[in-house]
Parts: sequence; structure tokens; C-alpha cells
Amino acid sequence: MLEYALKGTKKYWLWVFFLAILILIGFSFYYQQLEVGLGITGMSRDVSWAFYIANFTFLVGIAASAVTIVLPYYWHNHKVYGKMTLVGEFLAVAAITMCLLFVVIDMGQPMRVFNVIRYPTPNSILFYDVIVLNGYLILNLICAWTVLHSYYKGVAYPSWLKPVIFLAIMWAPLIHIVTAFIYQGLPGRHYWLTAIMAPKFLASAFCSGPALLVILASLLKKVANFDIGDKAFETLGKTVTYFYLVFIGFYLFEVFTVFYSNIPGHKAPFQYLFIGFEGHAEWVPFMWTAVVLALIALILLINPATRKKETTLVLACLAVFFSAYIEKGIGLITGGFTPNAFETVTPYRPTFPEAMITLGVWATGFLVLTILYKLVLEVERRKNLAVKLQKN
Amino acid sequence: MAIKRRTFLKLLGIGSISTVSVAGLGNLLSQAEVKAVEHKAPEGALKAQRWGMVIDVKKCIEAGSDCMNNCPAIQACHSTHNVPNIPDKKKEIKWIWSDSFEHAFPELRDERVMEHLSKFPFLLLCNHCDNPPCVRVCPTKATFKRSDGIIMMDFHRCIGCRFCMAGCPYGSRSFNWIDPRPYISKVNPEFPTRTPGVVEKCLFCYQRLDEGKLPACVEACTAKALLFGDLNDPNSEVRQILKERFAIRRKVELGTNPSVYYVI
Repeated sequence: MLEYALKGTKKYWLWVFFLAILILIGFSFYYQQLEVGLGITGMSRDVSWAFYIANFTFLVGIAASAVTIVLPYYWHNHKVYGKMTLVGEFLAVAAITMCLLFVVIDMGQPMRVFNVIRYPTPNSILFYDVIVLNGYLILNLICAWTVLHSYYKGVAYPSWLKPVIFLAIMWAPLIHIVTAFIYQGLPGRHYWLTAIMAPKFLASAFCSGPALLVILASLLKKVANFDIGDKAFETLGKTVTYFYLVFIGFYLFEVFTVFYSNIPGHKAPFQYLFIGFEGHAEWVPFMWTAVVLALIALILLINPATRKKETTLVLACLAVFFSAYIEKGIGLITGGFTPNAFETVTPYRPTFPEAMITLGVWATGFLVLTILYKLVLEVERRKNLAVKLQKN
Repeated sequence: MAIKRRTFLKLLGIGSISTVSVAGLGNLLSQAEVKAVEHKAPEGALKAQRWGMVIDVKKCIEAGSDCMNNCPAIQACHSTHNVPNIPDKKKEIKWIWSDSFEHAFPELRDERVMEHLSKFPFLLLCNHCDNPPCVRVCPTKATFKRSDGIIMMDFHRCIGCRFCMAGCPYGSRSFNWIDPRPYISKVNPEFPTRTPGVVEKCLFCYQRLDEGKLPACVEACTAKALLFGDLNDPNSEVRQILKERFAIRRKVELGTNPSVYYVI
């Protein structure tokens, strides 16, 4: 099946070539990081995690969100998602690949990564994160690959796969809960120390993930003639809407608790992110962009007419995706570290090498996604061709 | 009955996979190395049930601004432990440093109280917590707690994930963002220098205690503002001063139970 990825149109190769260039650029900067150290990033003694870990966190959510497709399809036999399921599962595979890359590039001593396995430490949440992330990658690869291969062979998928699929479904929320636990159990980081972190993570994942799927499905329809069907778009639109509302609700609950209780330490990160704190307002424009995007998304999603129309739905999904990316990808980590342990501000801004390395990782993820989607499209195309020939 | 090629290959595959995995698992469980001998303090070493420090900020003031600006304790610590002097604030490494009351105790900030306290310098260092969040979060046990309460760092095991820095509510940990060696003016061959990509912090001079010496900062402080001793020994010097004077610790509400006290 894999050979299908090696045959493609000019457009396909141009896209692969473009991604390869981005990967090479990212890798050359990563090589520099290996030589110099993480000092080439904008991170500091006070903001000691930043863009890499933020992207990691966001992408764990994207990976987990495959469950919003897989669960209705396999558990409730929701036939509308027939074509969508593989697209969702392979997105999870690409997202987890990016997550693992982000974790490794964030390490000061990547050569020592196996120390995590050599000295297993169950009191560390990272120990569980390694297990759930790698487990999820393997589970999704097994499920999606076996289903696609059976489809390619023209047979029903083997019966042993069913329990594996159910395990993958139950596994999905775990990866994001464990990731939230990395943050929410730390004393003295006010922005993170909240029990609503894990549910908020899940809610933002289950809206931004399907939003990305809507965007991807709409692209596939345009460039590859692969239509998931109007019903599937409609259901995805509903999923995005409900989870986005839940997410906005969770965020506002947090805002209420913080400001009504009036505890200075808890208010400070919110002030830093939204109005500035002690003369520092580096991320204020970004956070308000997220708010504006959220409002646009809400208007387009709540109104049934705009939600059901594909173009406006795609627009709404772009707004959801980018507002969630700003909230989780920028606000979450800088807000956690700013103000710092001394209630002062050390501003963080990603550097150019840091941004290019990040872009390289995203390009790698998209290359994985492209190859996997190419297989799906090719198998599908050949099936349709065979059906046509049979009819003639 | 002749064995089929397919069956043979299957058996061969299963056989080799299980051999490799059993060997790998055994290797993993035994960790393929000689178990490290537990550290035993040599003869003549200073010993305690729980090491702790008391910092008398009044003595710092009495020693004058010259002493406060060129604190001999900080200099002694940093030269003993090859702590680099990196000018970029964002990348700096510090084991012990001086800061204001409002930064050391942000939750106690109050304008009226500050009128009195803002003039005191507060020496900040690792608190060697009894309940350390950094040790709790470390995924490789590169940072660990000794039986005498010292929170240690294994620079060779640390993978540089910086979870401990996120976990520490005191900002006591530094990360080697770049190669620190060019920034060390005079290398002390008695103590290791560090590679880029690992975390470091104050280690309560465990190596000096083994030689029967007090920590470098305590020894170097001309104002005798730093006291070091066993917090569990009611007759120790640190306990004596805590009996007489009012003392505070940083962020006690977090339950970390710091071993560094500040007497005002």
C-alpha cells in the first residue's frame, strides 16, 4: 500500500518538496541548537518552557480529538463518519508524531532521552505521559492501518481489531488528561493550579481538533475530489459548536473564580495576558485577537444557517482553530510562568531559530499526514474505478 | 511431516523477537549496570538528620552596604562551584543571590511593612524543602532527596526537561542554556563544571560537609549572618536562634516545608 505514496501528480510532488524544504530549514536550525544549546531560543531562567512545549500541548489535544470521530463511528455505528474515520485517525498519528518531536527538541540533553525508561519514576507525570503518548501512537497506527488495508483488500476488518479500537477510544482522553496533570499539579504556578485544567484541555481539544478536520476535509474535497459528505460536515459542525461553547464556559468560570476571589497571585497572569502587568504587555494583542476570533466563531457557529453552509463553517473553524492555538499555544505557557516566582516579569518572545524549528516540526507532521492521506485517497480512487469497471 | 516454509519463517520470527525482547527486558530491569553504592559519609564528615540554614538579615544591614553589594558569601559559593558569570539576565545561572523583601516574599507585600523591610537584603538559595516538588516531578530521579534533607542534582542523569524548574515555586533552579565554561573566570578543579542542557542549583555544599567543613557561603560570610546546622537537633545553633528570634520561611502555604529560615 505504501507504494501509493511514491506515485503522484506534479502538484503532489510540489507540495512534498515544499514540506521537505521547510523540514530541512528546521533541521539546520535544530543542528545549531544542538551545537549551541537551547540558548538560541527566547526561553529564560524565568520562562523555562515556552513555544515548543506550548505546541506540544496543543497537538496532544488535536491527537486526542480523533475520538470525536472514532467514538460515534465504532461505538454508535454512526455511518455518516464512514469516510471521515481514517482521516481522523491518521490526523492523530501525525499530531502525536509532532508531539514527540516537540518533546525531544525541548530537551537540553536529547541524547539522554532513554533515561526516562532506564530510571522509571512513577511519581513523575512525565513518566505517564511517555506511556500514554507512545501507546496512543501505536494504537492509532494499528487501527487505521488495519482498517485501510482490509478496505484495500476488499474484506471486513479482522475481529481482533474491535477491542483495539475500543481501547484507543478510551485511551484518547487519557493523553490529554495526563498532559493537563503536568501543569495543574504544580504548587506556586497560579495560572495552572486549577482543577478545571484537564476538562478545559479536553473541551478545547474536542473543538479545535474537529475544526481542523473540517478544514482538512474541505481541502481534500477541493484538491483531491474526496468528499466526506454533507452530513459529515454538519455533524462535525455541531461537535465543534458544542465543545467550543463548553470551552468558553470553562474559561469564564476560571475568570470568575480568579477575579471574584480577588487573590493577587491568581489575578496576575490574567492581567499580564489581557491588560499587561507592571508595564509588560507582550502578549496582550495576541490574547485579544483570540477573543475577537472567538466572537466571530461563536456568531458563525451558533447561527444554524452559517453553520450548515460549508464556506462559513470552514471560516468559523479557522477562527476556532487559531483562537484555541493562541490560548493554548501562547497564553497557557507564558501565563504559567509570568509573573515569575518573584512576582516580576521576564518577557518571553520566540526567536527566529525557535520559530523555524517549530515550523520544521509542523512540516514534518504535515508530511506524515500527506503520505497517510495519499494512501487513503489512492485506495479510495482505485475502489471507485473498480466499481465503475464492474458496472460497465 | 515436512515443515512448511511459511511456518518455519513464522517460528523463526517469533523465536528471534522473543529472544531479543527477553534480553532487552532483562537488561532494562537490571539496568545493565552495577548498582551504585549508597553514599556513606566518610569519617570526620559533618552529619545531621535534617540540614537547614538560618539567615540573619539584620546582620547583613549591620555589615554595611559595601558588604551587601559585594557579598562574600555569594562570591565564595559561585567560585567554589564553578558557577558561570553570564551577563545576559535571561540565561544567567545563580546558586545564591540577594533580592528584595517584596520579591522574596511577594505574598507578604505591604507598603507599610515595606517601609521597614525594604532596606533588608534577602539571600535566596535552594530551600532544600522537606517536601520538594522538584523531586516529585523529575522523570529520571536526577534530582533527589538525601536522608539528611539535602536536595541533590545528578548532572549526568539530567535530561534537561526542566520540569523541576516549573515545579520549584522559589525560582531556585538555573538551566544551562549555553555552554557555561567560557563564563567561568577561574575553574575550581575540585568541583565539576557543567555541560549545556542540564539544570543546577545550590547543593548545601554536600562535598564540603563530607570533609567536615561548613558550606562555602557560611564560612565566607564575614558578618556571620548565615548559620548552618541540624534542624532536628534542639541544641544546634540554628535551633537556638529560632527559639529566640522571629523567623519566616518563603511560601510556607504551599506545603513544601523549606529548610531555610530568615530571622528579621
